[in-house]
Amino acid sequence: MDLEFLINTLSLGSLYALLALGLVLVYGILKLVNFAYGEYIMIAGYGLYFSATVLHMPWWATMIFGVAAAVLTSYLTELAAFRPVRNKSANALIVTSFAVSIFLQNAVLILVSPRARAVQLPPIFSQTVNIAGATTPVRNLLIIGTTITVLILLSLLMKKTVLGMAMRAAADKFTTTRLMGVPANLVISAAFIISGLLAGIASIFWIGRSASVDPVTGAAPLLIAFIATVMGGMHSPTGAVVGGFVYGLLFNVLSITLPASMISYRDAFMFVIVVLFLLFRPEGIIKGGYTEERVG
Amino acid sequence: MTMPMLTVENLMASYGVVRALHGVSLEVNEGELVALLGVNGAGKSTTLKSITGILRPVKGSITFLGTEITNRKPEWIVKQGLSLVPEGREIFGSLTVEENLRLGAFASYQRDRYKADLKEIFELFPILEERFSQPGGLLSGGEQQMLAIARAMMAHPKLLMLDEPSLGLSPAMTDGIFVLIKRLREMGSTILLVEQNAERALEIVDRAYLLANGEVDFAGTAEDLKRKVDIASVYFGGDDAAPCEVPL
Repeated sequence: MDLEFLINTLSLGSLYALLALGLVLVYGILKLVNFAYGEYIMIAGYGLYFSATVLHMPWWATMIFGVAAAVLTSYLTELAAFRPVRNKSANALIVTSFAVSIFLQNAVLILVSPRARAVQLPPIFSQTVNIAGATTPVRNLLIIGTTITVLILLSLLMKKTVLGMAMRAAADKFTTTRLMGVPANLVISAAFIISGLLAGIASIFWIGRSASVDPVTGAAPLLIAFIATVMGGMHSPTGAVVGGFVYGLLFNVLSITLPASMISYRDAFMFVIVVLFLLFRPEGIIKGGYTEERVG
Repeated sequence: MTMPMLTVENLMASYGVVRALHGVSLEVNEGELVALLGVNGAGKSTTLKSITGILRPVKGSITFLGTEITNRKPEWIVKQGLSLVPEGREIFGSLTVEENLRLGAFASYQRDRYKADLKEIFELFPILEERFSQPGGLLSGGEQQMLAIARAMMAHPKLLMLDEPSLGLSPAMTDGIFVLIKRLREMGSTILLVEQNAERALEIVDRAYLLANGEVDFAGTAEDLKRKVDIASVYFGGDDAAPCEVPL
């Protein structure tokens, strides 16, 4: 297999896996597909822009600032928007997530600008490197390394800490977890904070490809995260990671196999694959895991 | 007279528009083993759900150790020393036995006594030591019930509530669970036991409440209940059961 193809697929899959993971963590506990998730990515992008262009922070500080902006936004939306409707119907939650999404997009549109802003990233993001004859952008290698690190740390958190155990238990049986004395707010806030963290980290690499951010930047990564979880399975973090990598693989396979005249229909082919999944394997590649008990 | 450990007064609870409890009152004193009996739909589980805070009662009050716990959050109530072994066991299937027990200790975790607590649990339930690192979902029904009880005990509850612990278990396993409950009581635990298997429950409890249609139909000692109420006819719906005629 072509080394360039392999690196491209792994890096794309890594990015998509991070995106999907952030969406699934909240879904697991709240049974909510959070359509405001893309906005956390967008806000992180504006955090990068603001800290670099306006505050003139060094590059590493802009990254911390961007990720922190996403974490804070995620946590605040949980407190202000999702918590008050948590015990209402599943429909109320999902409509709330659309409302949060529209609110944040328009807030940025009014407060900053409807037009795209250029985001300064360190030169390493635009450099390329030659590995065994294959030329690849350095950021592709960075995202693979970052994702591996994040997955290891997240897995340690979920397996080795009591908070992680409580989050896994809550995803399985929410009410029973509260009967153990675990506060509902604790696990739900933790899920939103980690979800925001993943959105922020993914945002650095998402923005890194175009080096610009605008109010609807979050739409595309949200869609990718959603599709990846549909393919991989909504019911476990493993499913989300698998779905992310499968999405990356399919996308790259389509990119090299489709004739040049059809490349622009690549997304249409992706959607056909999603429809096939929904028809023949609606639970996704990885079955089982979480149950469907709603918070209440 | 000393105050009862748990006092439930005139409890009314509903599921949507359906009223499930029409004013249930009961008491549990320290060191007692009390049963809450009745057929399916009598309101036994609803009473327990209200006590643990999973269900918000419409009216009435619940007092535990002198503190009003009505309408408090479940996670707060368990910290007061009230643990429930839920109906259907509710083991965290994807978590190991070890993790299930660790979460059981969440409400009152103390690092220095945790190891000793585990050791005590293993003495009561040796099988849990064998299965320590296996996922809870792989355990048999009886083993899961033991894990559910052990998990609740890790919180050092002052009052342990068991909801249908014999449900779905083999006769041999059921025997084992009843022996265990009796032993826990002898060790000094205060227990509120919800059971459909009234005859078995009456063999081991001090007092019992018989619920029917969301009301207490009969309250008294196990002996009283056995003597005055035709248990079999209550459960098979015979007219002569008429437990309402027995004065409370």
